[in-house]
Amino acid sequence: MNIRLPWLLGGILLGVVTLFAVMLVKPVGVSTQFVVLDAMVWDMVAPDTIVENPDNAKGYGSENAYLNKSGGKYAANAKNPLNYSFVFVIAMIAGAGLSALLGGDKAKGKRSEMPDVWRKRFGPSKSKRYIAAFASGFFVLFGARLAGGCTSGHMMSGIMQTSLSGYLFFVAAFAIGTPLAIIVYRGAGKGELS
Amino acid sequence: MTIVILAIIIGLAFGFTLNRIGATNPQNIINMLRLTDLRLFKSIAFGIGLSSVLLFGGMAIGLIDPAHLSVKSAYIGVIIGGGIFGAGFAIGGYCPGTSLGAAAVGRKDALFFIAGGLLGAFAYMLSYGWIKTTFLLDKIAGGKVTLAVSGNDKYDALFSSFSGTTLALILGVAFMAFAWFLPNEISEKPKNDKANIAKASNKA
Repeated sequence: MNIRLPWLLGGILLGVVTLFAVMLVKPVGVSTQFVVLDAMVWDMVAPDTIVENPDNAKGYGSENAYLNKSGGKYAANAKNPLNYSFVFVIAMIAGAGLSALLGGDKAKGKRSEMPDVWRKRFGPSKSKRYIAAFASGFFVLFGARLAGGCTSGHMMSGIMQTSLSGYLFFVAAFAIGTPLAIIVYRGAGKGELS
Repeated sequence: MTIVILAIIIGLAFGFTLNRIGATNPQNIINMLRLTDLRLFKSIAFGIGLSSVLLFGGMAIGLIDPAHLSVKSAYIGVIIGGGIFGAGFAIGGYCPGTSLGAAAVGRKDALFFIAGGLLGAFAYMLSYGWIKTTFLLDKIAGGKVTLAVSGNDKYDALFSSFSGTTLALILGVAFMAFAWFLPNEISEKPKNDKANIAKASNKA
């Protein structure tokens, strides 16, 4: 069974889902929820990180300038996890898992530790891959927060609305990502195609 | 409550789609960026083009409310942050959404990516107070702007004398055509391969 959709069918599905998101609620976005989860944990470890603040439009505030910005939006969302954007991301995780259960791509054995192209280029060391993955995650989320969005918010939702910011993000990400990937993974073959 | 139900339905569909277009496999993202396997890029570009055509078409006939648009601001940090994002994207093969999906389908390296991501987002939270005082948040072209007139007064259009619907349709069709004509796969040049097999064996 072909677990991956042909590119065209996949593209149509992606386009329809992102359209429905805007039509029914608002554009999709993921990276903000890393901040919201951080804020929940921070507020648990250090209560009073987020406090009620009637001066803010969303009713909550923080001494942290980032959580306090936009009327305390992030602070409020961290206090009320049952908001649209957070639930959306939890459901997205479940959706990917559900797809895998129904015959979609899932990682087994050695491939759950690292992609073939990594193994071919850097060898089978798990710790090497995990350290690189951790560092990549740090860069990706720091970069996404500095940019104010990621692939879903800037690239897909942004360009769909013809936002200037979406185009800028897209060009910057590929201008660095493409040459770097070509250099880093040179000679790694393609690995097993799925 | 309705909003939470919509979040569940749309989230499930989005996660399902990410998995079925191959985005929860970091190898597909790495190969996309290396320009050796473009199928994922073709899906994304086609999806963007199609959704844009349907969005602006839907707004033109009154089916979609322009108030639902949410345009992000353009500022220096979008470009610099995009570049930093691109570096991690290339090495790791994950973006924020796909790492979460990948963890759900059993990828262990994705868990490390997510942990690093939570720390990276936290580092940004702590540095925001300082970043705010620098040029990094300086707006470009007015900030929250679109190329095409969107019908939402909150957002100015760069090409305001042009019909927004027409421009968006042209851009959307261009994205779809670009996706259509790109090849699925490009082979690495054999010359490079040989040189690198030699390099790799020298290392070992």
